[in-house]
Amino acid sequence: MLNVQIRKRFRSNGAQPFVLDVAASFPPGFTVLFGPSGAGKSTLLDCIAGLQQPDSGEIRLEEATLFDAARSLSLPPRSRKLAYVFQSLALFPHLTVEQNIRYGLSDLAGTEQTKRTNQIANSFRIENLFFRRPAELSGGEKQRVALARALVTRPSVLLLDEPLTGLDTALRRSILEDLRAWNEASRIPILYVTHNREEVDAIGERIVTLVNGRIQETGAPRAVLDAPRSIELAQSAGFENVLPAVVVEHRPADGVMRVSLDHAACEIEIPLGDAAPGNEVRVAIRAGDILIATEPPHFLSARNILPGTIEAVETRGTMVALRVKAGAIFQVHVTPGAVRALDLSPGLLVWLVVKTHSCHLVR
Amino acid sequence: MNAEALFLSLRLAATVAILLLAIALPLAYSLAFSTWRGKFLVESVVALPLVLPPTVLGFYALIAMGPRGPLGKIWLSLFGHPLAFTFAGLVLASMLYSLPFAVQPLVASFESLDRRLLDASAVLGAGRGRTFLRVILPLAWPGVLTALVLSFAHTLGEFGVVLMVGGNLPGITRTVSIDIYDRVQALDYTGAHQTALLLLLVSFVVLSIVYGVNRRVWLPWPAK
Repeated sequence: MLNVQIRKRFRSNGAQPFVLDVAASFPPGFTVLFGPSGAGKSTLLDCIAGLQQPDSGEIRLEEATLFDAARSLSLPPRSRKLAYVFQSLALFPHLTVEQNIRYGLSDLAGTEQTKRTNQIANSFRIENLFFRRPAELSGGEKQRVALARALVTRPSVLLLDEPLTGLDTALRRSILEDLRAWNEASRIPILYVTHNREEVDAIGERIVTLVNGRIQETGAPRAVLDAPRSIELAQSAGFENVLPAVVVEHRPADGVMRVSLDHAACEIEIPLGDAAPGNEVRVAIRAGDILIATEPPHFLSARNILPGTIEAVETRGTMVALRVKAGAIFQVHVTPGAVRALDLSPGLLVWLVVKTHSCHLVR
Repeated sequence: MNAEALFLSLRLAATVAILLLAIALPLAYSLAFSTWRGKFLVESVVALPLVLPPTVLGFYALIAMGPRGPLGKIWLSLFGHPLAFTFAGLVLASMLYSLPFAVQPLVASFESLDRRLLDASAVLGAGRGRTFLRVILPLAWPGVLTALVLSFAHTLGEFGVVLMVGGNLPGITRTVSIDIYDRVQALDYTGAHQTALLLLLVSFVVLSIVYGVNRRVWLPWPAK
């Protein structure tokens, strides 16, 4: 178990200094650190690794104290027994793949170094790259080498800062599979920073969300990300619609409340939440959770049916983004097939259908 | 042409370049990586020889090295002879004079290193010494070469400092530039020309090596 309780203030030119203020425990296994950029995720990892010094607090790994401001104790990075894969990977450009992997093993005997290097190279399938330099590797190969270099040291904590950014889905999945297999065998705390929802779903046992230097929520990925409680989180969790709203009335018998969106442009029903009538809140809705109909729909369980007009149609790869004015402006994602079948085009009168539970109350 | 003077100059330049590198490496390391606020003061001192007339530098060096100067006294008690007007004195003064030419390329190349590589080395268990030898030096070698070559070339061509500190003792402190000056004074233009042309060629070759090896390390003008 890794216990972190730290505070670090950053001087800034702006009016408000950035403060990282985190108290959390990381058990063995994956913990995803999720949050918008600038939330302090990399700074948190740097503090745990000893590359930056917090102003106060302590960091403990099992029985060992890595950092304790009260006792002016801070182990240097090299004595913390952890591994850190940076976003930039930071492979040594002048060393070969093999030399890169061996770099962290200098305290061991030569034969042991060779044994471990071969072992890890084998499990990450990079033996054939031993004599290449980082510049001669593809993106996925570099990522594998960086992971191998970190894991070959048999760390007690693994810090991963968006290690798979820029890879295509198949490659990411295969590397994640390798990582997961490795995790089964070693069971140490792994802190995994990512913005990518797909990676969260693929590895997340636990998720910790960080916003503005503070931990906002901790829990299972689905529970946390599907009902974000802050606007920053909603946006980074992929909620395209985050609309200002005012609570109109509670209907406890139905388990819902009515809110008016975007300065009384329209009204919808959302699940009953922690906000009193008259309160200003925000409502987050995924663009993909909104259905579109070209005739007034009847006999539906969905409680929110809003008439509107398509303002723009924009094709983005395998998805089409519609901008619909139905009182407020909504982003709606549909497939190209739906656009053809319904002949969706700007100016067309449509009805938006939104399930009550697709609407999330956000602070 | 005065072979003795040329040989002396080469010996001086080589000695200065090597000794200076030994001093400049730790100095540049601390300038590049320290977060100390008063760092700019050290930077200014290091850069002083760039703007000071060599005669000013030479003058103070001479006073310091004289039998009653602080350096001269220590030297006298250690070795039993004065420091001024000796080869050793010349080396010392030239090191001062060429200091910025050794330090600045090193600082520039250290500062251009990706800090994450140093972080990676630290997390992988390396101390500062190992990080310096295995990561910083191999990646900053064009800067090291530039520092060596520039301090060599700069020392090779110095005049004012040598004149002040070394005087004009054949085989001990009479360097090529002093020799050229003497010949011009004596209206021996042919002799002056031979030595001057040789110096020009050597300087050009040396600088070509630096800029050819690395176009980005330290240019007197901004890189495009």
